[in-house]
Amino acid sequence: MKTLPAVDVVIVGGGWTGLLMAKELGTRTKVSVVVLERGGPRDNAYYATTMDELDYLVRNRMMQDCSQETVTFRHSVKDHALPLRQLGSFLPGTGVGGAGEHWGAGSPRHSPDCFDLYSKTVERYGAKKLPEDHCIQDWGITYDELEPYYTRAEKMIGVAGKAGNIKGKRVEGGNIFEGWRSEEYPLPPTKTPYYASVFKEAANSLGYHPFPYPSATLTEVYKNPDGVTRSACTYCGYCHAGCMIGAKAQPTNVLLPIIEKHKAVSIRTGARVQKIVHESNKRVRGVNYVDASGQEFFQPAELVFLGSWTFSNTRLLFLSSIGQPYDPATGKGTLGRNLTHELTLPAARVFLDKPLNRFMGTGSAAMSLDDFGADHIDHTNLPFLRGGLLRANCQGYQPILNFGFVPPSVKSRWGAEWKKAAVHYYDQNGPIVFIGEHLAYKGNYMDLDPIYKDDHGNPLLRLTLDWRENERKMAEYMIPKAVELGRAMGAKEITPFPGLKQYDATRYQGTQVHGGTILGASPDTSVVNTYLQHWQVSNLFVLGGSVFPQKPVAGPTLTILAQTLRTADAVVDHYLKKPGSLV
Amino acid sequence: MQRRHFLTLSAATVGGVIVYSLDRKLSLVSAQDKPVHIPLHFFDETEALIVASAAARIFPSDESGPGAKEAGVVVYIDRQLAGPYGHDRDRYLQGPFEKGVREVGYQGKASRREIYREGVKNLPGFDRLPAAEQDAALKEIETTEFFALLRQHTIEGMFSDPMHGGNIDMVGWQLIGFPGPQMSYLDDVDKHFGEAFRPKPVGLVGGHAIEDEK
Repeated sequence: MKTLPAVDVVIVGGGWTGLLMAKELGTRTKVSVVVLERGGPRDNAYYATTMDELDYLVRNRMMQDCSQETVTFRHSVKDHALPLRQLGSFLPGTGVGGAGEHWGAGSPRHSPDCFDLYSKTVERYGAKKLPEDHCIQDWGITYDELEPYYTRAEKMIGVAGKAGNIKGKRVEGGNIFEGWRSEEYPLPPTKTPYYASVFKEAANSLGYHPFPYPSATLTEVYKNPDGVTRSACTYCGYCHAGCMIGAKAQPTNVLLPIIEKHKAVSIRTGARVQKIVHESNKRVRGVNYVDASGQEFFQPAELVFLGSWTFSNTRLLFLSSIGQPYDPATGKGTLGRNLTHELTLPAARVFLDKPLNRFMGTGSAAMSLDDFGADHIDHTNLPFLRGGLLRANCQGYQPILNFGFVPPSVKSRWGAEWKKAAVHYYDQNGPIVFIGEHLAYKGNYMDLDPIYKDDHGNPLLRLTLDWRENERKMAEYMIPKAVELGRAMGAKEITPFPGLKQYDATRYQGTQVHGGTILGASPDTSVVNTYLQHWQVSNLFVLGGSVFPQKPVAGPTLTILAQTLRTADAVVDHYLKKPGSLV
Repeated sequence: MQRRHFLTLSAATVGGVIVYSLDRKLSLVSAQDKPVHIPLHFFDETEALIVASAAARIFPSDESGPGAKEAGVVVYIDRQLAGPYGHDRDRYLQGPFEKGVREVGYQGKASRREIYREGVKNLPGFDRLPAAEQDAALKEIETTEFFALLRQHTIEGMFSDPMHGGNIDMVGWQLIGFPGPQMSYLDDVDKHFGEAFRPKPVGLVGGHAIEDEK
């Protein structure tokens, strides 16, 4: 193993959080920074050839290579875990920009009560209402503390939307259920394509409060506070293959242009970090990594940030033996606990008698309603807690992934009858999607798999995960609401979602998996403090979705960016002046 | 030395079409031309005829429009199986291989190439059966991994960019009114409410669908 010259800071992962931290440190300090990214390099020019559904959206060219590394999965501790041999319910990214290159740019804030989920629920309903095997906990940080960082993050990536609550004043047309905002969105909302407008009218007719979904896709030319100018969206509908004109906020178009100007920051691609080197769980000394040619390196550093996706952040702490692994039998230990995923389902697929032109759109050109979200309805007499959004999205509409839906009156799935109906309804159907919160449970967690290994011989991460009654009952309650909306949209036929059974790792849910390295107010129940600093190892920080103690509804990216900005402030203003614990 | 296999299609069945060769160069075929010989990269001719006939039952050519035959679905599948995807280069292939619940996905050791080779072997003479018997034979294997792949790849061959070998002349896209990758809908995205807006399809490599000369 070759030892490299020491640097001040190593950042593991070149996605949203890693590159945001690199940008903050590069522009505000003189420290030397090395970003280690496992995948390849990427820039804006790369996207000129990505408007290919097969290679990019079906074959997942931008995603983690399962042949090198995947996760194993089981529903409960009683089951034997098997490897997910190909991608399914989530799509971890790889390469510079990470999953921030292929995201849909949905940029909502979390409802304020998500941050105090435990205390707010007990306050309103009593502790008896909590599911028996839950391990819900408060974040240790409030919405009010995070609000200024939300505003900064929105300006940085350029969020287009309509406010529903400015400083406590209700604003019609926005999401009237949202938490207070200090200002209006930086850009006006995305245009409303036809399908979303039909949904909007139906929602209004039923007395709901539809609003344009906030999106980090520019609706006008925009120069952000860092001086980065990007052009406006043209609604080509290929957002998930990466935006070729830079309208959709991606780390490569928001952060790279700034980072490239700072010589103290360098990005090494093809660098797969194997281990964090530390002194008996007290102090990190650097990281070991393998480059694309197989050569091993030790990169010494004074300060290490993990900025990878949920699985890699968690797994690297396991592989490095940092922290105490969570044990579901005793509830002791913190590393790996509170694994959650988003609950996403096509609650109702509606078949209409008009063409919808759904190929026109952008990642988050959606009409949504939050009337059943968070704790907006009274759950006293309902058999579940929390809720979620109903939404009609016009995110672009490619034919391989979307051909073949037929109304319930057609039973065949191939042959003449199926083909005729599928061709007829190709552009006359769409889903009303439900996106719900996922609570944390004692039996849903991550650890290392005892059998399966990656291509370097390191154990794979093992997921133990299943839905509980809370999610099943929530789905059961929401599906009829979606069907009712479908009827109001004028649907001739409707296919309701058949109901939630066991967690299905083959059905795409969303690339929003959380937990493993959760934040909190106490080292007994969390891995990092609210500055995302490791409780035991103060020169190690963990950024990203892995710190969420449970899954609030909808897109986590804006919250992840806001938290990263808060950590950057604490590191620049306090930690670098006086290294040590920030709390 | 292995014999080079070709699939022979009559120019009349494919009409006036653009066929993309593997190196993504176009060759124009017109209805007056002699039969077209398309080099096969994975299947032999017998296998290709069986796969082509099965795909044509999944996505038939009939009064509701062209199907797998006109789109060249078999050419698409042949090329996919010849490449890294056919060799399962994207899959985690370390053992032990064990049977699992449906929710963990396909756990088999067999690659997509092997699944096809085996699946086709179990359909001897399929291409010469009458349509009703072909349907009955497919019904028999409906729940197999082979059929799941064949159905999925038929849809891919109908609707992927023509540069991958299927969707010849964007016949699949024209069938459903999909315009292919276009740079901008800025002026149209919030218009055309309730009526079909159908820009002329374009492919990624270049060129529009051929104009009907009649």
